[in-house]
Amino acid sequence: MRLEARGEVSRVMLVAAPFAAVVFTLLLSSLFVAWAGAPLTRTYALIFEGGFGSRFAWSETLTRATPLILTGLAVAVAFRARFFNIGAEGQLYAGALAAVAVGGLHGGAGFDAHPALLYPAMMIAAMIAGALLLLVPALLRLRLGVDEVVTTLLLNFIVLLFVSMLLDGPMKDPTAMGWPQSVALQDSMQLGKLVERTRVHTGLLWALTLAGMLWALFKYSTFGFAVRAVGANPRGAAFVGVPVTRTMVLVALLSGALAGLAGAIEVAGRATYVTLDMSPGYGYTGIVIAMLAGLNPLGVVAAAIFVAGVLVGADSMSRGVAVPTYIADVIVAIALLSMLVATAFARYRLRLQ
Amino acid sequence: MIADILIMLGNVDFWVAVLRIATPLILGTLGVLLCERAGVLNLGIEGIMVAGALTGWLAVFLGASLWGGVMVAALTGAAFGLLHALLTVPLALSQHVSGLAITLFATSVSYFAYRVSFPNVTAPPTITPFGEMAWLPIPILAQQTPLTLLALLAVPAIAWVLYRTPVGLAVRMVGENPAAAEGQGLNVNLVRTGAIVAGSALMGMAGSFLTLSAFNAFFFNMVNGRGWICVALVVFASWRPGKALAGALLFAFFDAMQLRLQHGSSDGVPYQIYLMLPYALSILALVLVARRAAYPQALMKAYRKGER
Repeated sequence: MRLEARGEVSRVMLVAAPFAAVVFTLLLSSLFVAWAGAPLTRTYALIFEGGFGSRFAWSETLTRATPLILTGLAVAVAFRARFFNIGAEGQLYAGALAAVAVGGLHGGAGFDAHPALLYPAMMIAAMIAGALLLLVPALLRLRLGVDEVVTTLLLNFIVLLFVSMLLDGPMKDPTAMGWPQSVALQDSMQLGKLVERTRVHTGLLWALTLAGMLWALFKYSTFGFAVRAVGANPRGAAFVGVPVTRTMVLVALLSGALAGLAGAIEVAGRATYVTLDMSPGYGYTGIVIAMLAGLNPLGVVAAAIFVAGVLVGADSMSRGVAVPTYIADVIVAIALLSMLVATAFARYRLRLQ
Repeated sequence: MIADILIMLGNVDFWVAVLRIATPLILGTLGVLLCERAGVLNLGIEGIMVAGALTGWLAVFLGASLWGGVMVAALTGAAFGLLHALLTVPLALSQHVSGLAITLFATSVSYFAYRVSFPNVTAPPTITPFGEMAWLPIPILAQQTPLTLLALLAVPAIAWVLYRTPVGLAVRMVGENPAAAEGQGLNVNLVRTGAIVAGSALMGMAGSFLTLSAFNAFFFNMVNGRGWICVALVVFASWRPGKALAGALLFAFFDAMQLRLQHGSSDGVPYQIYLMLPYALSILALVLVARRAAYPQALMKAYRKGER
């Protein structure tokens, strides 16, 4: 059995592959729904309704998609350079902490600065925090050859413990009745609502704008080309004059900054303060989203909305039928695996011999 | 503080804890080592350990013997390993991406299965786990369960297979130079698949230690990054079974130490600092060995016959 590259990849195949993946995902997920003993069509209908079936459903899905778009972009940027940043979760928390440190502490006065000054300072602090956290593994990889997968993964655990420490100590909200949560951002630092009487906030616009900008960056700029070259073949890239080290460092800073921004926007748009369960694994889900999107920034938006819709839909479905909400993660995992296989088959054919 | 540490080091219970903490790490690290020696990264370990922990425990809960449970966990690991092998060996997908997808898949299916099986439990159902090997005349080891003995015996067994048998030579060859291995008449894809399946079976057993020996029930998040630690330990061990054992014991030593210090501390150091210690030390260890790391030459490189 071996793979053979298709001489010409037909556009039909490239479009058909994701559809085949979706159909396969629905079929395979049905087995799990059946295992739980629930009526199949009703379960799927409830998930769809809960995620996309009403104005309220859409508002919840988009609220959930906002941090996922940003972490998805963070991962996509890094993975394009084959820099495997698995640490978006930690960078998100670092950004959230930095945002609260700038926009919430100091007796709630936030340095006594004018909101117009404090607001960008808060966002920039979050981006710097995320970027610096990823700079360490990037430099370790570039200077000492330490594998970034393991270091970024382990840093997630360290950062989460660090958050827990700050929530017990200097950042603890004294009025929270002993709950481990940080002081809240002052009102002037919180993002406005995009739609009346929903939770959708202007962070969504940030996320969409950044996705568009990154798409243009990768499509039209030399930097975008350099990133791809470094990812495909670092030695070849160096040979044709691409500054490999500088590109890698920039990729790491950009990726970390995006994840840090996700944290700040999540705090400023939804949570208002940092808790230890602020992110139900947005950083890890970002990896799935980036891979589902084939590392394309615009694809990240679509993938994030899909995943968010499934997560939100499964939550509301489990109130109607007896299927555990973990079905959402099962569906997303199967979708990812089938998408990977489908795209492989669109580009290669299997020869049995 | 120093006096505290000295007292702790003289305490048998401390060393018993070290060996207990090390057991899943030894099995998991050997599993990663087998996969990587054949040239394939397996980031599925974190999820495979979750799946092994669940299926092994569930089998015993449903009436299988304890060793039957270990077998079921190993088979579960092997099944996920086969999936990873299909994706990364013949289909040549990114090993990072496939491994992470396997972790997500195995974890979510396990959690789903647990919730379907036990929809409304307040206290997690329990089993009777492995007992201590009191018949063994060796101190410290006598206070462990048979799975620890199995893990310790697996180290020389795998070293022997890798360095003293044709199968081991084949595994190392496809991980170093698959084209040359092909030239010797080896089926690279088959050897790699076999190594991944065997390594993943060990990962499944590593998971089952948690539910059949360390605890008597299945909890969400019970693996808690142990799989990732194993991936780090393999680098630390330079892909050698003996050093893998040493690395796992060293990690367990620091983990056991931080647990003691955390409970005995009255000096106002936040407990989170102690909890960070094992992770921080893992990173430090990676940094220290990185320069000398002897990566299998074909690690993370897909092999396609006839292509250079």
